[in-house]
Amino acid sequence: MGWIGETMDSIKSLQIRQVLTQAVSLGMIVTSALIIWKALMCITGSESPVVVVLSGSMEPGFKRGDILFLHMSKDPIRAGEIVVFNVDGREIPIVHRVIKVHERQDTGEVDVLTKGDNNYGDDRLLYAHGQLWLQRHHIMGRAVGFLPYVGWVTIIMTEKPIIKYILIGALGLLVITSKD
Amino acid sequence: MHSFGYRANALLTLGVTVLALMCAMASLSDNINVPSPSANVQVLNVNWFQKQSNGNDEVSLTLNVSADLRSMFTWNTKQVFVFLAAEYETTKNSLNQVSLWDGIIPSKEHAKFSIHTTNKYRFTDQGSNLRGKEFNLTLHWHVMPKTGKMFADKIVMTGYRMPEEYR
Repeated sequence: MGWIGETMDSIKSLQIRQVLTQAVSLGMIVTSALIIWKALMCITGSESPVVVVLSGSMEPGFKRGDILFLHMSKDPIRAGEIVVFNVDGREIPIVHRVIKVHERQDTGEVDVLTKGDNNYGDDRLLYAHGQLWLQRHHIMGRAVGFLPYVGWVTIIMTEKPIIKYILIGALGLLVITSKD
Repeated sequence: MHSFGYRANALLTLGVTVLALMCAMASLSDNINVPSPSANVQVLNVNWFQKQSNGNDEVSLTLNVSADLRSMFTWNTKQVFVFLAAEYETTKNSLNQVSLWDGIIPSKEHAKFSIHTTNKYRFTDQGSNLRGKEFNLTLHWHVMPKTGKMFADKIVMTGYRMPEEYR
């Protein structure tokens, strides 16, 4: 009898150990993703280091589904740079090019006007009512790098949430059922 | 160890790694290219020059922009965005940059050009400082890669001057 009890115990402990390892490895995946994201935030100085292009207003340079890497340094903003900005009263940030800059002599504050390469007119129509210029605090970062197509993954997932759930479910199942 | 899942995973990982490496190498290879661009801009005419009702000076210019940016293009170049900006200093502003004209160059064949144009965007000052003002015309370009890092540079052309009087 002692022998059977021992085996039962060993099986039980093995299962618990396996479940624990799987939980730990799942936790590792999630936390390492978080670590990478937060590290990117620290390095780039931008609150969202990577953005997905959602509209065609910068075509043919940036198409829908491309991703941009942002950098927010202390350097002053200059004409020609592609900046990501938030307008008061708008949820989604916009990626457009700076066409006019006026920098104050005394305070160093800037007035910036932007335009999408593919748009006919400048962005004053997109700004808050009566707003003529963007200031420094509207700007989240400037685009420094570019990777095509990768952003489609997030666009599809936000527009078709069912695919997201299927994907998460399948991955979860895989992690749980996988041996060693 | 040799289940379908493991093989699919290994294949996917390898594929993504190779693709990422190729993108990185394509972007790095842009650093080898040393461009030697040239540009020339003439102000052919001051069409009109006036003070708006809100007190800001506005001017309309006719320009001739010619440039040779063919050396910008490498195999990783998707397009070159080129624009001409008037740059000047006033007592209020340490820097004013006003884009006057821009264009997208899709390929090397179009990178040597000469354009006769009026300013595409309004040349308006913040205030009334433009009479007799000396300004620079700067040709900027932003190279958009097929993948990777974006490059930007400029040629500054000095010695342009606004008329002394409104017209």
